[in-house]
Amino acid sequence: MSGQEHQHKDAPGNGGKGSLLALVLFWGCAGIYASLFMGWLVFPKLLYSEQNQPVDFSHAIHSDAAGMACEDCHFYREDGSYLGAPALEKCAECHTDVQTAEPVAADYTDAKEYRRKKARYDAEVLLVNEYVAKEKEIPWLVYSRQPDCVFFSHIAHTSPEAGAMECKECHGPVEEADTLPVYKENRITGYSIDIWGRNISGVKHNSWDSMKMDDCANCHKERKEDLKGMREPCFVCHK
Amino acid sequence: MSGGKEHVEIPYQTKFGMVINLDKCTGCGACMVACMAENNVPVRYDESDKLRSITWMRVYKLTNGKPFPETDVCWLPRPCMHCEGNPAHGFSPCVSVCPAVATDYSRQTGIVSQIYTRCFGCRYCMGACPYKARYFNWWDPKWPDGMKQYLSPDVSCRMRGIVEKCSFCFHRYQRAMDKSFYQASQGGREDTRLLEEEYQTACAQACPAGAITFGDLLNPEHTVYKLIHATYKDKAFRILEKTLGTRPKVYYVSSKDWVEAAADNHTKKVAKAAPGGH
Repeated sequence: MSGQEHQHKDAPGNGGKGSLLALVLFWGCAGIYASLFMGWLVFPKLLYSEQNQPVDFSHAIHSDAAGMACEDCHFYREDGSYLGAPALEKCAECHTDVQTAEPVAADYTDAKEYRRKKARYDAEVLLVNEYVAKEKEIPWLVYSRQPDCVFFSHIAHTSPEAGAMECKECHGPVEEADTLPVYKENRITGYSIDIWGRNISGVKHNSWDSMKMDDCANCHKERKEDLKGMREPCFVCHK
Repeated sequence: MSGGKEHVEIPYQTKFGMVINLDKCTGCGACMVACMAENNVPVRYDESDKLRSITWMRVYKLTNGKPFPETDVCWLPRPCMHCEGNPAHGFSPCVSVCPAVATDYSRQTGIVSQIYTRCFGCRYCMGACPYKARYFNWWDPKWPDGMKQYLSPDVSCRMRGIVEKCSFCFHRYQRAMDKSFYQASQGGREDTRLLEEEYQTACAQACPAGAITFGDLLNPEHTVYKLIHATYKDKAFRILEKTLGTRPKVYYVSSKDWVEAAADNHTKKVAKAAPGGH
């Protein structure tokens, strides 16, 4: 109290102190905004390098037009290990030649639609000429590559005897995706942004938005009843 | 470990353990080599300095301490005992003291785990372990030229400053379960519990004398169950079990009385581990 009174006495006309306060407030806010801008927008941009996949694969075409299911390409080996992305051999089963006709611009009233069709056609030409004809494996960039200390088993999650989960529950509606997402690699750790989650604020709307350790752990905790009240030791997922 | 609260019985699904027949063990050390190769155990610059070697599986040489002609020798392979201890007291000695939950007791398999990325190297567990089954990494591993190519991708390498120990080749269990789940999902299998031959540790497979038997202690189909409940019903003993009540899952069998007496040598001073061995 006495301090405030003292200030009032010392401030003739109050103008000097008020403008100083405004100045401090302004620069304070500006500083906070600048830091937030750097931390939330600039730094993440700098931290992750961006690469496109060698071939822009369309899950949508394969599930819609070709009527394929997830398991047709992403299947298990007989020892229960998960195949991941299939080898070129699988693509070559159908794509020995380019199967679609080249779209002609004149046929399309919508320029956007034409560009989409053309991009799909170009991707197939690339696949056939560069990889299938030359028998060269496609160097896919793997979004899900985990650190050395992590053990993950797909079959333990999907098998009816174990997790009994659908692909969608973790991966989302992949079959509707027309293009592959840009592969973003953390320049420091070398891991993909997808194991952290693309939303830098960590806000999660769908289960597939991020797959950090806590996301795995939350689900494992929820399904505790399945485990007959047993706590799972860390080495179920860590090695 | 003994006294206090009563034992809590755990609803195990499986409980893995070992029976080691010391009469069959020749002390060749094949189990140690197999274990190191399987689990990416680093080799030191001077491996002749046995005090600092990391040996998840270690073969000790026991003598009865008597002069010739009564001198007798016995080799004793020692993995991690995967003690059950007293569940009410936090299971095994190491699990009960770990401040970071880096080591934990699995109620599904009875295996004591060690998570390297969680351990921060206080070494409390090493002090607690009565079997000296835990080892500390004083240095980062350095692999001789070309040896990195031999590393197993199933086991992560340990860095300087953390503790490691035998895991009963848990990664082999994970792989075997994957196969079991696959077969079940294809309709080729009803019981996902593992058959004996589906999950074996590297040491048990490497032993040329067949001294090490590994399997599920709760499954009557498995050899270990038969050995403990029939063949060696009253003969199988566990080290320091009577003294400490650690309830190890590694059983030993020996026809020599002094060896069995030495297993609890805190109570009876019959013989003690002689320096030497591997």
